Amino acid sequence: MVTREGCAIVTGGSRGIGAATARALAADGWPVAIVYRADADAAQATCDAIAAAGGRAWPIQADVSDATAADAIFEAAEAELGPALVLVNNAGVRADGLAPQLSDDDWATVIDTNLTAAFRLTRRALKPMLRARFGRIVNVASIVGLQANPGQSNYAAAKAGLVGMTKTVAAEVARRNITVNAVAPGFIATDMTEGLLEAMAERIPVRRAGTPEEVAACIRFLVSEEASYVTGATLVVDGGLTA
Amino acid sequence: MSATVTAEQVEARVLEALVTFGADADVVSRDATWEQLEVDSLDLVELAQVVEDEYSVEITSQDMQHLLTVGHVVDMVVERAA
Repeated sequence: MVTREGCAIVTGGSRGIGAATARALAADGWPVAIVYRADADAAQATCDAIAAAGGRAWPIQADVSDATAADAIFEAAEAELGPALVLVNNAGVRADGLAPQLSDDDWATVIDTNLTAAFRLTRRALKPMLRARFGRIVNVASIVGLQANPGQSNYAAAKAGLVGMTKTVAAEVARRNITVNAVAPGFIATDMTEGLLEAMAERIPVRRAGTPEEVAACIRFLVSEEASYVTGATLVVDGGLTA
Repeated sequence: MSATVTAEQVEARVLEALVTFGADADVVSRDATWEQLEVDSLDLVELAQVVEDEYSVEITSQDMQHLLTVGHVVDMVVERAA
């Protein structure tokens, strides 16, 4: 396994796409800080699975929507695992409803966690990355940021915002060997999409939901040295749904 | 820390940082402009980080617009660290 000079931080890392991403990056030699909000057992299970596979992982409890979380997360990760050179902004929440009935709280909660927190973490991540002249940031957006999905105007706004932020930050830091990309998963079988998939399957060209591992594989590529000329991109991972 | 900050120290540290960012050591001086040093906006952001980490002085993007030379940065750091 390659020995890395720094670490990777994955938010929303205890389950689903985040956990699969943490495992994939650990398999590539990255020590991984797994940021979780509530499910300590799941975060620890992911860390244990990584350790059993010969990797290194460290759980960090934080609510990324807290304005002070970014510094705390980076300080904890860097104290344990070294400078953070990879950031995967995966933490996300849903609070669905048709626009006429969507409350201010539902709007703010989704924007705060899915977009504002990702910006704060990105801003903080650029410090060690600029110094290292290397960095990889991957934002987990969604096809909902690219194509309408009634009932999710808050989620769509946050995810479209992530795509826009990805492009601009990518252009700002490209000359420092730091890449910033997004993945836009379609319907992936996770806790967040439970109950939605059966109705969706026949609309998806591959006729099934994706797996967290299939998204994680794309993130792993974007983090790799091989992806050094890919920046500002949004990689759609949706089984052809938006093709 | 602020009690011991002198203009000479800050100037030496700023010049050192600029050289590590790629500025030509023979051209770096207190009066040099960013254009002369081929220092770009991202270099200045990094310089602001160094100053914040080491002198606890925050230089904002608004401040940056008025800082046209190495000397301007040194003077601002010394003034704010005092």
